[in-house]
Amino acid sequence: MNENHYNSYKEFLIREILNKPEKELNKETRDILYKIRRDKILRPVITLSYTSGSLIAGAQETYETIKRYLDEREIDADLIKTGSFGITSAEPVMDVQMPGKAKVTFSRVVPEKVIDILDAIFNNFVPEEYLLGQHQNHLHEPWEKLPFIDDIPFLSYQKRVITKNCGKINPFSIEEYIAYDGYQNFLKAINNYTPEEVCDIVERAGLRGRGGEGYPTGKKWKNTLASPAEQRYLICNAGESDPGASMERTIMESDPHSVIEAIAISSYALGAQKAYIYVEGEYETACERIQKAIDDAKSYGILGHDIFSSGFNLNIQLFRGAGAYVCGEETALIASLEGKRGMPRPKPPYPSQKGLFGQPTTVNNMETLLNIPVIISHGPNWYKSLGTDESSGSKVFSLSGRIDRAGLVEIPMGTTLRDIIYKIGGGLPESKELKGVLIGGPAGGVMTYEHLDYKIDYESVKSVGGALGSGGIVVMDDNTCIIDTVKYYMNFLQKESCGKCIPCREGIRRMYEILDNISKKPSDENGHTTLQRFKGVMHLEKLANVTRDTSLCGLGQRAANPVLSTLRWYRDEYEEHIFERKCRAGVCQDLRTFYIDVDKCTGCTICAKKCPTGAILGTPKHPHFIVQEKCIGCGICYESCKFAAIISK
Amino acid sequence: MEKITKILEKYPFVQRENLIPVLQDIQNELGYLTEEAVEQVSKYLDLPASKIYSLATFYSKFRFEPRGKYHIVICRGTSCHIQGATHLINKTYEFTGLQSGETTRDGLFSLEVVPCMSACGFGPIMAVNDSYYTELNEDKLKEIIDFYKESEE
Repeated sequence: MNENHYNSYKEFLIREILNKPEKELNKETRDILYKIRRDKILRPVITLSYTSGSLIAGAQETYETIKRYLDEREIDADLIKTGSFGITSAEPVMDVQMPGKAKVTFSRVVPEKVIDILDAIFNNFVPEEYLLGQHQNHLHEPWEKLPFIDDIPFLSYQKRVITKNCGKINPFSIEEYIAYDGYQNFLKAINNYTPEEVCDIVERAGLRGRGGEGYPTGKKWKNTLASPAEQRYLICNAGESDPGASMERTIMESDPHSVIEAIAISSYALGAQKAYIYVEGEYETACERIQKAIDDAKSYGILGHDIFSSGFNLNIQLFRGAGAYVCGEETALIASLEGKRGMPRPKPPYPSQKGLFGQPTTVNNMETLLNIPVIISHGPNWYKSLGTDESSGSKVFSLSGRIDRAGLVEIPMGTTLRDIIYKIGGGLPESKELKGVLIGGPAGGVMTYEHLDYKIDYESVKSVGGALGSGGIVVMDDNTCIIDTVKYYMNFLQKESCGKCIPCREGIRRMYEILDNISKKPSDENGHTTLQRFKGVMHLEKLANVTRDTSLCGLGQRAANPVLSTLRWYRDEYEEHIFERKCRAGVCQDLRTFYIDVDKCTGCTICAKKCPTGAILGTPKHPHFIVQEKCIGCGICYESCKFAAIISK
Repeated sequence: MEKITKILEKYPFVQRENLIPVLQDIQNELGYLTEEAVEQVSKYLDLPASKIYSLATFYSKFRFEPRGKYHIVICRGTSCHIQGATHLINKTYEFTGLQSGETTRDGLFSLEVVPCMSACGFGPIMAVNDSYYTELNEDKLKEIIDFYKESEE
């Protein structure tokens, strides 16, 4: 389907859909909508997920292979790029829809599979070994005996509210978004409600900020609205930069117009005529798609001057972040937009009084804003019914780590961790036992096996010492070392600390050093090294508390979370590292102990020659042995032994 | 120089708030921020060059060395870390002598370590220019780097 195909609908959509508040769809209009939505098609349609995740999985080659297949056989079919529907481990995902028949979805479509699948389906046969499922649609005749995609465990336990279009629509086409009822909520808001009423509805819905502590969004908006000013700003923070969470990126790449609509409604509620969307510059694909969405929306009159004769003006500008985790903090983000170093400043004055360029500003996380159109469309009561008493609505998580089905997951608040990991995620690979999950990124915490039946919401995660944060869930199994993981987070945070306040700059660095120290062998056995190390851990807790209590911004305050919550739940593992100098997962390289299996050793002397400290002794052709006092645990002998005679414990 | 002038012309009413976009555009054009470029921007914006450096060094995406012919990007997200990415970064150092943000002397390789490449199901991941490599291990990494080394000889 080329671009001109869509362009021919532009006038129709503006005239019949966007400019008519009371819609009565006649048959002709409905037929055109069916056509744009690809509900009624005349020739086969093939869609391929085309996001940064699927590109890494090889979507580009798959795309070219499909194109070549169609060209060589002169098959008249449409090939369309879509977003991703969530399972990153199933990428690239390809959908095939034959006229009149239900759409079928295939997973892991690497180029070698393309011919097999397409050959079969063009002969009216679905190769089930590659199939994920077929889509339900009352206009289409379902395939016989094939499972429906909504019934596969990954999707059936989810509640897709804000990600409903992901993987379904073409992210490059505003027409498709409009045909799937897009921008209707924006129109509803500007035609039926005053800004105050929108704020009211959001407050009644109980929406809370998804980025950090869960501050009520409606309240935040009212504060901004209450500050008198000529110009107000809305900043949508879509730079997640959390290592291990990619849901915002995936949503931006899969359904960019939903982000634009969310910003548009929110700007209206805040009386902001200018909105910024802050995207990590590294997310090139996301930036391109958002920019295209902004341009398209402008050309449709959805953005710009006097939108649909409502008197409301809005301009959205894309700002490409230059890479700084601290810009997740609102005052730092504002500084970055002003062209300064992204360093936070003390509050008050709050951004709602004095923010960007000294004007009242609201900074909201992208996911928070994505909930707004849903609330406008379904009403606050419906939204509240989704989720728990304290935390309403749904939450998007990025599930990764040692899990079978990694990906983007949307669940109502209050779903148990067990359901997320075992039902949606499909459990751990090789049926390994769960050790725990890291929730909320570097500033979050851990939940252990015991917390599996906890219902996930702001309060429950807080009660175990974590934070919901941006929503990354990283699953760990026996082969993951807690100390190593926390060390990794501290290393990340000490690099990202802006250096403005001392507790954060020095505290995180010291915590990292202590952790680094206990994951190494002491240099000598004399003196009080063990005592020193134990003192290190005593200090670790104190240090973490001080860092949490005295840091200027959220980064420092929450940096202690991983340390404190792992100390609480995995103290035994810390003690093991300190007293026994043992890493049960075998991850801390310097703590490994090596032995030589006398039966297997042939005395080839390779290990003895390679050992940097001369810790391996023995005569040629006789079994060698390792002098433990000299061994530094580098593992060179382990890697060089050809007979697997060296055992690591 | 002309290239930079062209970029600056895109920002006629230039203010401090345009500084980051200007520098990003320059980096996209030249591959890194050269001294001359920073000086030119400083004159254009009427801002001391030291201020521009203070900003540019704060953000991790600005480079002050040219990229290598083969630009290696390794993901170090939490998920990739758990699957062993940190070990691979150490190994990359062993094989090429590179740490994040550096370029080899012969200009062949440069390394960048990024937070997350959003394909967590396939970790550890790396990219060399536009080719992606997934589910890496030490042997695979060595093979890939050797492949690029040999293709030069």
